[in-house]
Amino acid sequence: MHRRFLWATVLSAATALAHADPVPADNTSSNLLKEINDLKQRTAQLEKQVRGQPPAAPAPSGRAYMHAGFDVLVNGGWSTTPDVAALQPGDHDPSQRGFSIRNAELALDGTVDPFFKAFANLVFKMSPEEETELELEEAYAQSTALPGGLQLRAGRFFTEFGRQNNQHPHSWAFVDQPLAMNRMFGSDGLRQNGLRLSWLAPTPWYTELLCGVFNGQGGDAFSFRHLGDTDTNGVTRLYGHATTARDLRGVGDLLYVPRLISSCELTEEQTLVLGASAAFGPNDTGVDARTQIYGVDGYWKWKPANAGSGWPFVSFQTELFYRDFCAAADPEASLPEEHLRDWGLYSQVLWGFTRGWVAGLRGEYVTGNTGASAEGNGQRGEAGRISPNATYYFSEFAKLRLQYNYTHYAASDDEQAVWAQLEFMIGAHGAHKF
Amino acid sequence: MKTLKKYLIVLLAGSALAAQAKLNVVATTADFGALAQAVGGDLVTVTVLAKPTEDPHFVDAKPSYIVRLNRADVLIEGGAELEMGWLPPLLDGSRNAKLAAGQPGHIAIAEGLALLEVPAELDRSKGDLHAKGNPHYMTDPENARHASKRIADGFCAVDAAHKDAYTKNLQAWLKQLDEKLAAWQQQLAPYAGTRVAAFHNSWPYFARRFGLKMDLFLEPKPGIPPSPAQLGVVLETIKREHIKVIVIEPYQSKHMAATVAAQTGATVLAFAQYPGGVKGTEGDYLALQDKLVSSLAAALAAQRGTP
Repeated sequence: MHRRFLWATVLSAATALAHADPVPADNTSSNLLKEINDLKQRTAQLEKQVRGQPPAAPAPSGRAYMHAGFDVLVNGGWSTTPDVAALQPGDHDPSQRGFSIRNAELALDGTVDPFFKAFANLVFKMSPEEETELELEEAYAQSTALPGGLQLRAGRFFTEFGRQNNQHPHSWAFVDQPLAMNRMFGSDGLRQNGLRLSWLAPTPWYTELLCGVFNGQGGDAFSFRHLGDTDTNGVTRLYGHATTARDLRGVGDLLYVPRLISSCELTEEQTLVLGASAAFGPNDTGVDARTQIYGVDGYWKWKPANAGSGWPFVSFQTELFYRDFCAAADPEASLPEEHLRDWGLYSQVLWGFTRGWVAGLRGEYVTGNTGASAEGNGQRGEAGRISPNATYYFSEFAKLRLQYNYTHYAASDDEQAVWAQLEFMIGAHGAHKF
Repeated sequence: MKTLKKYLIVLLAGSALAAQAKLNVVATTADFGALAQAVGGDLVTVTVLAKPTEDPHFVDAKPSYIVRLNRADVLIEGGAELEMGWLPPLLDGSRNAKLAAGQPGHIAIAEGLALLEVPAELDRSKGDLHAKGNPHYMTDPENARHASKRIADGFCAVDAAHKDAYTKNLQAWLKQLDEKLAAWQQQLAPYAGTRVAAFHNSWPYFARRFGLKMDLFLEPKPGIPPSPAQLGVVLETIKREHIKVIVIEPYQSKHMAATVAAQTGATVLAFAQYPGGVKGTEGDYLALQDKLVSSLAAALAAQRGTP
């Protein structure tokens, strides 16, 4: 069709030329020459202009209103006890002998408008009974345009208590969560609805002061307004003490989570980050019962100036937690008012010895004072774990990890486990914080 | 408390004064840093985040970088996703409205550049491709011309009072670049069409400018470590086509390149995209290109005649 049209045009043009009146004979050639020269000049000018112009901007790509990534952790392995849930209390830890998927995470992020960015994480977790639980793990907006070094975050999110609490399982250096964190924050970390304000201090070195205010309610605020488990009589109990659900009476009933982080570069190749955190709020054992948790954390990393793809490196990370859980008296269970004090720590060293490979070693310990309730003491006994592991990164988007756990309990037999974990992700890959 | 207050006041006042005196510029990589210094002269203080010797795809998002960005008047970044693994969290943390995307203080160099190798479809089985195209465009001095103009435009927009000085510095730098570029092209002209091997696909822009072919890589796919199979292909190709030179960057495996070189007689040449990545080129884009061009020309000349 096009071609036919073209031919028609060419033909008609040719006919028009053929029928054109003959040009008067005199001064024809000089006129034509002049015209040709004019045209030549104009062409040269145009060519120059075109060359000077920047090339057409490339089509926009890779930018979207929302980035989506889907990240899956597949666990496989074996433990000396079939009660894997007791051995691995973390919500994203391996949940049974054989295979388990406890973290398939849809991560969404984007810019809301000139004032906010937003992030959301939807997590699919499969129970040993093959039932899939969907959880709105995080959904929050974060300010981008507050003055004075301030930043506001609001919605549902992991509180910034310590280092690992607000990291997602795919960023962890081990298959499972540290025991001390499970003791303080329950199975899934300290994660709440609320808001937090942060201030970047105008000091020459990095200093950030954060303060979060949250509901402090439910299983993800384990040591706070959380009912615990229901006993055979239908009474909810935490560490043996009966609990009662109650609404907020005032701002004093909210959960407050302050944190201070500081960082400096020891040398060109070594960075140190130190932090201190706390969490204060009421618990459900009585009207005036309150819990305090304190933590300090440190992270050190060495990476040479000519590191390729992020290797080699050595890093050390440690967190220490202390909790004072003030349980109200429970006369029916003949328990007095008491302070249940627990502390625990983990330390881990990672060695990225050659491109793609990381060897890790983690040591942990957690313990608590002896309380009045035998059941409570059972849940707060002394435990320790040592975990060597090795991880191979196929790319930034897939890794395979093999980990051995030796877990020691003061009150029962020691247990061992071997876990493999495969991570794969598709879609947008969020950048990692330091 | 009183002393702390005093200290803070001094700090705040100090930083305010410093900001008035000089434009505080942060560049993600040392190539932009060098151009910023050339265009800004003594009107700017330039800080570079990524070390010239480290892999620019994988820079740690250190907290100290957040502080630098928080105090910055201008950020210069590639704008082609090279820094996507570490710049976004730093910018989030910096809470500096001057550096928000679209602000004059946020200079994304790639804007207005037509990048090579823009993938028709995004498929990670082909390795770590960048959606906007190959981000190593600063290896072409013509693109450095574009970059220096964008930087000058940015400086003029943010600090209009010194527009004349920036424009003058830019013209002086461009003049140097023109002279150098002609010389470089002359130096490499005898080797037009020559094939050169590299570790990673960092050099298509350099190759295009100087009429070389730099399309044989030790990496089987971008970002995927060299495999025995790929090394076999490279060895065979180098032997078959009598390829003389393998260029490697400071953060790439010297060992791997040396192994290939030992088996083929090719020369391993230290290349770098960033001033300071090769010794003696710190903070100077032109010195770096000088070094690259002359060392490559020398290596190709020395190997001439040998089969």
